[in-house]
Amino acid sequence: MAKKYDAGVKEYRDLYWAPDYVPLDTDLLACFKVTQQEGVPREEAAAAVAAESSTGTWSTVWSELLTDMEFYKGRAYRIEDVPGDKESFYTFIAYPLDLFEEGSIVNVLTSLVGNVFGFKALRYLRLEDIRFPIAFVKTCMGPPSGIQVERDKLNKYGRPMLGATIKPKLGLSAKNYGRAVYECLRGGLDLTKDDENVNSQPFMRWQNRFEFVAEAVRKAQAETGETKGHYLNVTANTPEDMYERAEFAKELGQPIIMHDFLTGGFTANTGLAKWCRKNGMLLHIHRAMHAVIDRNPKHGIHFRVLAKCLRLSGGDHLHTGTVVGKLEGDRASTLGFVDLLRESFIPEDRARGIFFDQDWGSMPGVFAVASGGIHVWHMPALVSIFGDDSILQFGGGTQGHPWGNAAGAAANRVALEACVKARNEGRELEREARDIMEGAARHSPELAIAMETWKEIKFEFDTVDKLDVA
Amino acid sequence: MNADSQMGDYRTQHTLETFSFLPALTQEEVYEQINYMLSQGLTPAIEHEAPAQAAEHYWPMWKLPFFGETELSNVVSELEACHRAYPDHHVRLIGYDSYTQSQGVCFVVYRAKSW
Repeated sequence: MAKKYDAGVKEYRDLYWAPDYVPLDTDLLACFKVTQQEGVPREEAAAAVAAESSTGTWSTVWSELLTDMEFYKGRAYRIEDVPGDKESFYTFIAYPLDLFEEGSIVNVLTSLVGNVFGFKALRYLRLEDIRFPIAFVKTCMGPPSGIQVERDKLNKYGRPMLGATIKPKLGLSAKNYGRAVYECLRGGLDLTKDDENVNSQPFMRWQNRFEFVAEAVRKAQAETGETKGHYLNVTANTPEDMYERAEFAKELGQPIIMHDFLTGGFTANTGLAKWCRKNGMLLHIHRAMHAVIDRNPKHGIHFRVLAKCLRLSGGDHLHTGTVVGKLEGDRASTLGFVDLLRESFIPEDRARGIFFDQDWGSMPGVFAVASGGIHVWHMPALVSIFGDDSILQFGGGTQGHPWGNAAGAAANRVALEACVKARNEGRELEREARDIMEGAARHSPELAIAMETWKEIKFEFDTVDKLDVA
Repeated sequence: MNADSQMGDYRTQHTLETFSFLPALTQEEVYEQINYMLSQGLTPAIEHEAPAQAAEHYWPMWKLPFFGETELSNVVSELEACHRAYPDHHVRLIGYDSYTQSQGVCFVVYRAKSW
């Protein structure tokens, strides 16, 4: 029987709270941490989030009756306590697949983290996780190359890759910058990186940088016999500029470019990823602005969601933090989203902050990049935490070596190989760190000096965004 | 003279990827790496090439990958046989991973005599 139009304001829970609903395999599922205003019941707050992030508006409208809202609406289907936190709760929401355009991360985010985050009945709201159904995953291209193809192209096997961000991050001329790249690469790094702040400033225009860097890469490659690369940052003010820079990198025969996916935006990122797939170019992804979005444990978006979105949008590398360096990062939580980047099926695991099973199907994996305030003494822990499918980037920890970049690079390469060798021999890297490192330094004066230089530096502040545990 | 006499000069090395920044592995150390590869369920394979062509992706295969091989001594004798047959070539050991369709291990065991 047809429904009747009944104008006015209804309680959200009448329509959007559905505790008996069994989510479909094709539903997109989300977990939000909700902190409602005082006096708002949990079910009402949960239903409001479901409504405002899907089909609902604050008042009933007659035109709803022209469609089947039961088919299109999001449903809050479960509520859970947050361990160790009395004022917030988790709600789980199921969204029908047809609410989202195929392959569009932009569309998913505009719905799920749109207006609802400013909703007055809520004090705070945080998107903790999204389960992307395989039906949606298959509409996204994902990483242009992925881990396996990149290893084959660069001929790097059985170990993490080694990189560095060129410093000082701003102010070098193009030729001096290329010099710093050359020294790092000839010393034994696999890859170097433009700092994310480097675009095309007056002190170093992009064409000049690209040309000098290309020469540095070519020469280091010829002299060492190993495959090298430098992430040329093509992040720019307009898509047209971005593609122009990408084309020039290709023209110079360079293997990899880079993009900042949050400041640049998902539209730019997905477009660039598709360009990379088409042109056989690897794509490194930086994450400036992430901490604005993901650091507050009550409000915003957890990084594991941003990481999943990036894998779908497309990128071959993504920064994940280091756990041990100067930047924020809880170990269990970091391992959780590192798996989300690299594996093809990741089961629910609350101990690592993973709220849903995630099936990526055939989507390629993304290298985890550990970068920021790390040095040789961190190497055993980094190899143990991140494993082989990672890129360990030592900026200051390479270029701050007393003998310069090449010696700093060699020190890191020796330390890395010593750790991988020890791991394969069955040794416990973190417990035997000192022994392994001192043994390696006996054959490498560069490493001995690096160990002496950085022996005192520690970064032991408590993590702000911790996993929720009782 | 102001130059720091303590400062070392880094001489660029021609290297051969994984483990080439370490001193040449001893026989015992090579065995440990082979044992690791076998314990990971990887398929051992051997390739060899003259130093002048070593930068290319494809090196000639020594026979076929040793599918189903689990014995250290068999891998070792194949490595030695390859080295004897091609003393002027680099010889590398690969561990194929059929799940990732990649190589879980790859390092040069013997460097060419003339290198």
